[in-house]
Amino acid sequence: MAIKVVERRPLTLAERTYLPQILAGLKVTWDNMVRPSVTLQYPEERPTIPKNYRGVPTLIMDPNGREKCVSCQLCEFVCPPKAIRITPGEITENATNAHVEKAPKEFEINMLRCIYCGLCEEVCPEEAIFLQSQYSLTGLTRESMVNNKVKLYELGGTLPDGHHKWDKKKEEADKQAGGGH
Amino acid sequence: MEKILHDLVLSPDWYFTAARGLTLILIVMTLAGYSVLLERKASAWIQGRIGPNRTMHPLIGWIPFIGTFLAKGGFIQPAADGGKFLFKEDALPGHVRKFYYVLAPIIALAPALAVLVMLPFGEFIYEGKRYAISLTQGADVGVLFMFAVSSLGVYGIALAGWSANSKFPFLGAVRGAAQLVSYELAMGLTVLTIFLATSVPGEDHGLSLVAMVNAQSGAWNILTQPIAALVFLICVFAETNRHPFDMPESETDLVGGFHTEYGAFKFGIFFVAEYSHMIIGSTLFILMFLGGWHVLPWMPSVGEGWVGSLIGVATFFLKLCFFLFFFVWVRWTLPRFRYDQVMRIGWRVLLPIAVLNLLAYFAWYALRG
Repeated sequence: MAIKVVERRPLTLAERTYLPQILAGLKVTWDNMVRPSVTLQYPEERPTIPKNYRGVPTLIMDPNGREKCVSCQLCEFVCPPKAIRITPGEITENATNAHVEKAPKEFEINMLRCIYCGLCEEVCPEEAIFLQSQYSLTGLTRESMVNNKVKLYELGGTLPDGHHKWDKKKEEADKQAGGGH
Repeated sequence: MEKILHDLVLSPDWYFTAARGLTLILIVMTLAGYSVLLERKASAWIQGRIGPNRTMHPLIGWIPFIGTFLAKGGFIQPAADGGKFLFKEDALPGHVRKFYYVLAPIIALAPALAVLVMLPFGEFIYEGKRYAISLTQGADVGVLFMFAVSSLGVYGIALAGWSANSKFPFLGAVRGAAQLVSYELAMGLTVLTIFLATSVPGEDHGLSLVAMVNAQSGAWNILTQPIAALVFLICVFAETNRHPFDMPESETDLVGGFHTEYGAFKFGIFFVAEYSHMIIGSTLFILMFLGGWHVLPWMPSVGEGWVGSLIGVATFFLKLCFFLFFFVWVRWTLPRFRYDQVMRIGWRVLLPIAVLNLLAYFAWYALRG
């Protein structure tokens, strides 16, 4: 392969005094100085959170206001830092969501352990756990950094859901019980 | 009004003298504090940040507009910084030489304040006589005194480095001393050149700074002696240990340099001393090259009487502010020289240039007769 020799011309006298370079540098910093600053004044100004941001993991309810989590504990198993602890519970016979298989009795996410990886959201078959836009979570004790079920639903709220999986299942079951096909 | 000015500046009563001295010290210390703020603000602007903009005192903060303005400009920040230095624990490390360790910051600051005695920063005319606004009427030894005493500041650095009994401060102190020796020479030679130019034969000129300013009522020395001005400016940067010559405290290789072992108010005094030296260096450059309190070249003053005097003082102050800003501006533009580069520039570039410049002027004045 041909070697290309780069011409390195010797520095001129003006260049060797550094002075033109210093002046050019001063101009650069001056231009920077008169430019508006890029600082975000945090507590007053908040950053815009992108749509698929992975914030604090939360539990969400379906449009009927029922909890979606069925306590399958997949998230607990998949969680790399073992931040999730689920105590499975039964649903009483006469509850409005009695047709749903199960519900968690207690659901705890230890935010001191959570690494915001989003595997729980990815693994959830019920689309019940979501990493939403909350990015600033603080507490004064270790206990306050463990989000329990109430807190998780409070953070999560309700998200739109087009599946209505359990309603459909109930309809099917009703049809069969009513002596359908 | 001229009478009041005359009494204020020249009254020999001891309380007037004390008040004048205290006022000057107060002004320079405040100015040093606010040049720290300027440093922080300007560096922030250069880096696309905002800088200190939240410090506020609850008693001032509620005033509309003024309170917000003071907070946004960070004007309370120097007071907060100083207060912090005052109330921090004043730790005395076990391994230092205690007496000299305490003495060093005082020695660093004292010369910077002592040279104020000779500093003229304006003039006024009373009953047909011109007086300088200064503590000593710009005595004959003005320049000599300022150079001699302001260079003593390096003893503070050397003493700090030695008494701290630790390697990084020691290296910083050695560098500081070497640097001062190297650049003092070139600086002195440029001053000599200026004296050659401004002192007219047969006139009682002496080493007075006032006479030097008055000699610039036409063209300023920076226009007639640009090479001397440039060499002097570079030397001022080196003497005040500012970037790109901040060898004694180059943070990246020497932790904190000579004040590594210092904390709390003793560190604060070093800090103020550095900025006071900046102020002194700037005033020297302004007096010797930028026409002192003269408003423009070929236009020594605007306004008559005491108005003219006040405008003169304001001009001096504006030039000083510009210079303090220039120090900051250069600091955030240029990277630090390596130590060997500093020595090379000092001995192999600036000194020959200063000598040749002086010889050229000798020859020029000798041939002109």
